This record gives sequence, C-alpha cells and structure tokens, in this order.
Amino acid sequence: MGGIDPVLLIAALIVASVPILFAALGELVVERAGVLNLGVEGMMIVGAVTGFITAVETGSPLLGYVGGALGGAMLAAVFGALTLGLLTNQVATGLALTLFGLGFASLMGQGYVGIKPPLTADVPFGPLADIPVLGPIVFGHDPLVYLSLGMVFAVQWFLRASRAGLVLRAVGESHEAAHALGYKVVRIRFLAVLFGGAMAGLGGAYVSLVRVPQWVDGITAGAGWIALAIVVFASWRPNRVLLGAWLFGGISVLQLNLQVAGSVIPVEYLSMAPYLVTILVLVIMSSGRGKAALAAPAALGQTFHATR
Amino acid sequence: MIVLEKRPSPSAYWARMSPVLAVVLTMIAGGLMFAALGKDPVVAIRTIFWDPLFGEFAFYLRGQLLVKAGPLILIAIGLSLGFRAGIWNIGAEGQYIMGAICGAAVGLAFYPTESRLIFPAMLVAGIFGGWVWAMIPAILKTRFNTNEILVSLMLVYVAQTVLAMASTGFLRNPDGMGFPGSRSFSAYPAAQNPELIAGSGLHWGGVAALLTVLAAHVLLSRHILGFRIRLAGQAPRAARYAGVNPDRLVMLCLGLAGGLAGAAGLFEVTGPAGQISIDFNVGYGFTAIIVAFLGRRNPLGILLAGLLMALTYIGGEMAATNLNLPSAAIQAFQGMLLFFLLASDVLTNYRIRLTGKEAA
Repeated sequence: MGGIDPVLLIAALIVASVPILFAALGELVVERAGVLNLGVEGMMIVGAVTGFITAVETGSPLLGYVGGALGGAMLAAVFGALTLGLLTNQVATGLALTLFGLGFASLMGQGYVGIKPPLTADVPFGPLADIPVLGPIVFGHDPLVYLSLGMVFAVQWFLRASRAGLVLRAVGESHEAAHALGYKVVRIRFLAVLFGGAMAGLGGAYVSLVRVPQWVDGITAGAGWIALAIVVFASWRPNRVLLGAWLFGGISVLQLNLQVAGSVIPVEYLSMAPYLVTILVLVIMSSGRGKAALAAPAALGQTFHATR
Repeated sequence: MIVLEKRPSPSAYWARMSPVLAVVLTMIAGGLMFAALGKDPVVAIRTIFWDPLFGEFAFYLRGQLLVKAGPLILIAIGLSLGFRAGIWNIGAEGQYIMGAICGAAVGLAFYPTESRLIFPAMLVAGIFGGWVWAMIPAILKTRFNTNEILVSLMLVYVAQTVLAMASTGFLRNPDGMGFPGSRSFSAYPAAQNPELIAGSGLHWGGVAALLTVLAAHVLLSRHILGFRIRLAGQAPRAARYAGVNPDRLVMLCLGLAGGLAGAAGLFEVTGPAGQISIDFNVGYGFTAIIVAFLGRRNPLGILLAGLLMALTYIGGEMAATNLNLPSAAIQAFQGMLLFFLLASDVLTNYRIRLTGKEAA
C-alpha cells in the first residue's frame, strides 16, 4: 500500500476517466434526444481500431482521433438509419451494433497487433508542469484530457442555454409535441446519434492510442457499458457525468495500482471491482424513490413514427 | 418520397419471410465484405453455407452442427421468453459460465467416485449456478428498479474473472503440473457427457435442447403463463389490469433463461470442451441473442435459427482454415445478420408506399 503516490494516482485517474467521459457525454446527448443507443461498446471499439489504424498509417495522432470519431459516427449512422428510418427496436439494434462492432473491429485490427502508435504529446505548459502537486494533476496532460473537460461544459451549456439544446430536449421529452410544433424529430435525433457515435469513437481512439497504447482484441473491455451506466448514475446531467467518470477512472487506476503494489487482496477480486461498483452505483441511483428513473427523458427508447 | 404506412395488423407473410430475406441480404453484404478482404465471395459463401452440409468433409461436419446448435438453442429459448416480455437479459454468457463452473465443481468434488447419480447432480448444480447468476439482475430489478441490461452484462465480466480464478485456482487439476485448467471430464466416465450416437454430434445437451423447444412451444401456445408472457410484451398496461404480476414475470423469465444457460454451460464443459479452462466459453451466450431474434422469438423458429447459426460457426472455421479468412470475419458476419433481420422486420409492421409529395 505504501508504494502509491496520491498525486500520481489523481493524475492517472484523470487520464483513465477520459474514454468513458467522452462516451458517456455523447450517450447523454443521444438519450436526452430520446434515443437509447446500447451500442456504445461497439462504437467505442470501432473508434479504437479506426483511430489506431489512421494514426499508424498517417503517423499523426491528431488524425487518429479524427479517424476514431469518424469510425464511431459511421457505426452510429447505421444505428440511426435502422432505428429512426426503419423503426427497429432500439434495444435490439444497440445490441446488434455492439456484436457487429466487436467482430468488425477485430477484423480490421488483424494486421495491427503489436504495433506502437505514434505518441500523443502532452500540452507544453512549460514551467507550470513543474509545480509540485498541481503540476502533474492540472498541467501534465495531453490535449484530449482538456478537450474532454471542455466538452463537459460545452454539452452543459448546449443543453441548458442554447436554443438548439432546448429543441433537442423537447424532442426527448415528447416527440409528438415536438413534431406538432414543426420540429424535424427524426433529423434532430439522427444528428444526436451521430454526435454520440463520434464521441464514443473518440473515447475508443483514446483507449488504443493513449491508455493501452496498442491494438488488442476486445480492447475496450466493457468501457462502453460502464459509460451507459454512468449516464444513469448522472441522472442525465453533464456535470455529474464528470463525477461518475472520475469515480470509475479512480477505481480502475486504484485497482491497477494495488495489483502492482502487491496488495493482500487477490488480483481477481481487484479486476472485478469496476464492474461490481457499477452494479452497486446503479442500485443506489435507481432505488431511493426512483429518483434516477424520474430524471430520464420521457420519450427515451420509444420509436417515433409520424402519422400526420 | 418513400413513406412507411403502419399496417392495421402485422403481416403474417412477412413475419415468416423476413428472416429468409435477412439471410439472403447478409449473404450479399457478407460476400461484398469477403470480396473487400480479397477473397472470392462465391467461394467464401459456399464454404460457409454449403460445404459443411454437402462438401467433402460433410460426414464429420454435419455432426458438429448439433454440437454447436445445442447450446445456442438452449440459451436462445430462455432469452426469447424474456425478450417477448420486454425483459432484456443480455448476460447469458455469464450465466453459462457460472453454470459450467458450479456443475463442474460438483462433479470434481466426487472425483474419482463412479456413480450414475453424479451427472444428474452436476446438471442440477449447473442449472442452479446459472439461475443464481440470473437472479442477481432479477432481484435488483424488482427490488431496486435497476436496469437489468446493464447489471446482467456487468456480471459477464465478473463471471469471466471467476472463471479465471476457477481454472487457475480452486478447480485446477491437482495432477496437472501447475498448468491452468481443471481435470478432463473425458477421463472421468461418471461426469462425462458423451456423444450418444456415434458421428451424430448428439450429446445430452442436444437432447435437452430439443426437449426445451417442445416444452417452450407448449408453454407459449397452450399455457396461461405463455399467454401472460406474450401479453406483458405486447400490452404491458393491459397485462397489469389482467392481474399479471410484472415482478414475478421478471423473476421467472430471467430465472428460466439463467437455468437454461447454466445447463448449456454444463453440457459444454463436460462434453465438447472437456474441462474448465480459462477460455472454454466461445461467446454462445451473445450469439444466442441473434439466434433468438432470427428465430422470431418462437421456439420452432429458434430451432432452425440455431442450426443455421451453428452452420455459420462451422463454415466460418472452415473458411478460416481453407481460405485464410480471419475468424473475426464470421463474428462480423453474424452481427450483420442481426442488422438485416431487424431492418427487414419493418416489412412485417409497415407497408412501404411511394408518394409524390413530401410528408410533413
């Protein structure tokens, strides 16, 4: 236990939470628009592989992230076309997305096992990074960390203060009413789904380019599902998504550190921890007079078919 | 402008035909995917769908069909009941693993005793293991209103860790010189699940799958419980007025699915897999989701769908060795099948109309 430095732990926690933060923020916007996309895991892993391939082939990590976001958005477009265009069941289609994504990613990644991706450099803060305690925690990260934090505020502002965000929420609360007011329900939802896919893909690319950093099958290891759970945990609010992502980032970093430090708790119990804590958190958030359930967008998961 | 117009009642014709359409569309799209990978699409599709049944090695591969279809059908039947009632258990893979571990543990505890009672006792333990694992999301759902999709899936990852612990720790073969993996069941006749008719691939799991198909068919078409499951899925409010207890239905559907998945795990580990090892599970629990949908959540349909899916597994393995096709390609292929299936279902519930003006 003595070998764990709390400053490095917090710095690692912030980095570990980035993939689920991206994915959960994207899914939050999708769900606020009334669509339940359970394919986050699939979009993440496809983003991880397309991002990895783009970065390796071009040598540019920046293009890698763009590639990851595009890969996730492409898979999301399939989801949008099926659920919004062909009115398929959202739960089943989301599952299909994950099953297909896992196979597709492993197919794409065949020739890329064991390759090192180009390094994503930290933002050069100069002397600021050398400040004790504050330096490694606040000023020692790559640009994606700051982007993910910026996205929390951007999504928060968009949903709360912008006109487009208000329309998006209206669509998610009652698609019938929004349709009657003349808003293009399907178009708005499709854009939200694309955004969710791009964010999940970006999170996936961060896993394969920074967190791991290499390509292995099943690299996301359930991060997409944890992101879905975080949206419930956050009661569909962006700032609480940040809290949830830090909580899970913290647990995964802590269990890894404990494994390395040779803790008395067996390794297997430690690697179960993130999943068990997810279940525990879901239980706490869902009970208590159904608070989380009340915060859910009213039209979540319902198929919209304009009859007039 | 293409417009979807809701049918007054679902089309019986398209309800039967949409899986066929989906399979054809998947073959076309899959062929394009194989072509993109630089393989001859026609040869690839023939290797997957035709050669295992009628090709050179068909005498052996046909037997493999039942080996693979058995667990898929067992699990899919259980899942389909829940899917009908709007209960989404997607953690069958975890229930399958836990069933295998519990059943194997009972068998190994008796090693090397020979008795006719050991295999039945293992089966009961296997069913129990899967049932317990499925009861966790069920109880959390009914008590705390927790989402069963996320909980059942999280438990798959937990079960996988338990499996790692079992094969490297508490169930490891004491005579295995420290290698991971349990004792082999093929060397322990009382706990073995052998092929019943040589060359057929039929073991007790296949028998159980066939019996389950019949039982589920009777349940859904003749029994009040089957009616309640269908009612709860199609009209939840009406079901509540009719006195259907939703909590009891959640417990029942998840419990049945878990028990069947657990049984499938036990049959697999004592038969084709032969031992508890860290990766004896090959994702049947997830593929069974596709089987349940492909079979239209209908027991007889699932029987056919399970056989078809088993065919893609065997054909996929053949294509992997003969054509050097990556084994992940078949997984993507199976996922694609579910996409096309869901998409072609639109024809069951909607009519496609071409209109001149844009709909508002």
